[in-house]
Amino acid sequence: MTRFTGAIAAGLALALSAGGAAAQQKLKVGFIYVGPVGDLGWSYQHDQGRKAVEKALGDKVETTFVESVSEADAERPIEQLVRTGHKLIFTTSFGFMEPTLKVARKYPDVKFEHATGFKRAPNLATYAAKFHEGRYIIGQIAGKMSKSGTIGYVGAFPIPEVVSGINAYMLGAQSVRPDIKMKVVWVNSWFDPGKEADAAKALLDQGVDVLAQHTDSPAPIQAAEARGRFGFGQATDMERFAPKAQLTAIIDDWNDYYVSRVNAVLDGTWKSGDTWGGLDSGMVKMSPYKNMPDDVRKLAEETENAIKTGKFNPFKCPVVKQDGSTVECKGQGALSDEQVLGMNFYVKGIDDKLPQ
Amino acid sequence: MIVEAILLTIVTAATPLLLAALGELVAERSGTLNLGVEGMMAMGAVCAFAGAVAFDSTVLGIACGLAAGTAMAALFALAVLGFAANQVASGLALTITGLGLSGLIGAPFVGQRREAIGHLALPGLTDIPIIGRLLFGQDAFVYASIALTALVAVFIRRTRAGLVLRSVGENHASAHALGLPVLRVRLLAVLFGGACAGLAGAYISLVYTRFWSPGMIAGRGWIALALVVFAAWRPGWALVGAYLFGAATVLQLHAQAAQTGLPSQALAAVPYLVTILVLVLLSLGRHRAAGAPGSLGQAFVPDR
Repeated sequence: MTRFTGAIAAGLALALSAGGAAAQQKLKVGFIYVGPVGDLGWSYQHDQGRKAVEKALGDKVETTFVESVSEADAERPIEQLVRTGHKLIFTTSFGFMEPTLKVARKYPDVKFEHATGFKRAPNLATYAAKFHEGRYIIGQIAGKMSKSGTIGYVGAFPIPEVVSGINAYMLGAQSVRPDIKMKVVWVNSWFDPGKEADAAKALLDQGVDVLAQHTDSPAPIQAAEARGRFGFGQATDMERFAPKAQLTAIIDDWNDYYVSRVNAVLDGTWKSGDTWGGLDSGMVKMSPYKNMPDDVRKLAEETENAIKTGKFNPFKCPVVKQDGSTVECKGQGALSDEQVLGMNFYVKGIDDKLPQ
Repeated sequence: MIVEAILLTIVTAATPLLLAALGELVAERSGTLNLGVEGMMAMGAVCAFAGAVAFDSTVLGIACGLAAGTAMAALFALAVLGFAANQVASGLALTITGLGLSGLIGAPFVGQRREAIGHLALPGLTDIPIIGRLLFGQDAFVYASIALTALVAVFIRRTRAGLVLRSVGENHASAHALGLPVLRVRLLAVLFGGACAGLAGAYISLVYTRFWSPGMIAGRGWIALALVVFAAWRPGWALVGAYLFGAATVLQLHAQAAQTGLPSQALAAVPYLVTILVLVLLSLGRHRAAGAPGSLGQAFVPDR
């Protein structure tokens, strides 16, 4: 069904750009979103970035977005954007990696940027944010706030981006409460509010009292609020959905990155590469710490500061896998970026099996 | 009380499917195949939420959802009954229209939320362990969906109007020859289907998850459509199917949380497999003739 909306949007994009073709030579920038811009989470934040580009660069650019593009059917809308004269295209979900690469090879004079992936080309750059930095902080908060000693996680798909978040969350919780238990439920969808709510309820029913989520709708945190438990906002501030339950939210802020990349194309300095910003770059932000005692807030702020200033890395060595083996330390005192971006194991303390 | 908690979640997951399936079942029994359930549900969800926020009243919100679903169905009826258009194509168009239009209408309401709606509370009864809240502590939608199942079942099997509905669906030419108002019967059946889909949508945006977001129906309209087929066009079995599907969905999530170690991707497929299997087995039992209505999906143009 998402496919249909995608098709309509692509059609609209075509019609709109045909109308604007007579206008002056503007740089046309396209965005492909995996969810609707109204998902109040992931795609919403990317669209905020698109709006920031329009605001910052005004009539030098023209932006188009295609929302709710299914990952299986992404090639067509991406190519559609190319054919309608877009010279810079952002594809904003892990699952768009292969289709983006394919279209990028076909059109070497068009520049592409793929979020959260690892395949690059001379005209295809990648970018992502170190969400796991924020997840370590919320793990510490969860460890402090949990009374039952069991915390939970609603995950979308078992891909490295999500798995590294789960591990960081667990490591953070263990740092303040070594015997903490964690339960993970996979929804196998980025966006299905009903199912996300059911998953959250399953966790809450099984004794979880602090819930983190890596799916895009506010349904899980809303379920936590309804049960009088705690949760964390995902991608965007979800406080209005759970004023009593939201302890903090990990906010993705793409605004500066998008503006700088569009600028780079405008002045001809754009180069392919990989950008991975964290708390220090402002790509990841924490919303105000609320609904918690002062000592927990203080701890969270200290950790946030330590990560920001580079004094602390959530994946500092040694990192121990579920089976007790120590992960080889390929970075400086911590796991290397590649190791985090390709993470496919659970850390020690998570009793569940990671679906492969 | 984990059993009670699981059962309560199952009811929430099953109710929208049941409502939408019942409506589609009646429409299909009249011989019209409406593939626009997903779109009608989306419109029901957005209009119910918008109405509830605008009037600050859940009841008026539900009325708006009901009206929106019915209006969408009227559009479909105009195409397939008025102009004898292809039902499959019109239904798909209705889904696309509904999903797009709902996003447009809902744009100003993204990011707002509603409080939970009231649940039945009978002193004494609701407090009975395990079954108390299950039987006597649900919201109005749940009771309405169960009552509606019974009403539709009785209507189809036991009333004269139900007989007319069935004959129109089985063979519209003969029904017409008998002087039955084929198009009028179909119109009413399609409108009923739309109203039920609107109600199902309202349940999703007002009870299931209390906010509006485009795409939040997430395929439930298609599942409702499939349930009608696997239930062999019988209301009772549609209820069984909806609850089975809801149960399998919720239980697979619980199985994950309980760390059974089974792969989550395989568990995610369980609801579909279980529901199909059970309903196919059920329909194999007796009355093998209980197939699709004979004139399902065929346009009817009265010659005179």
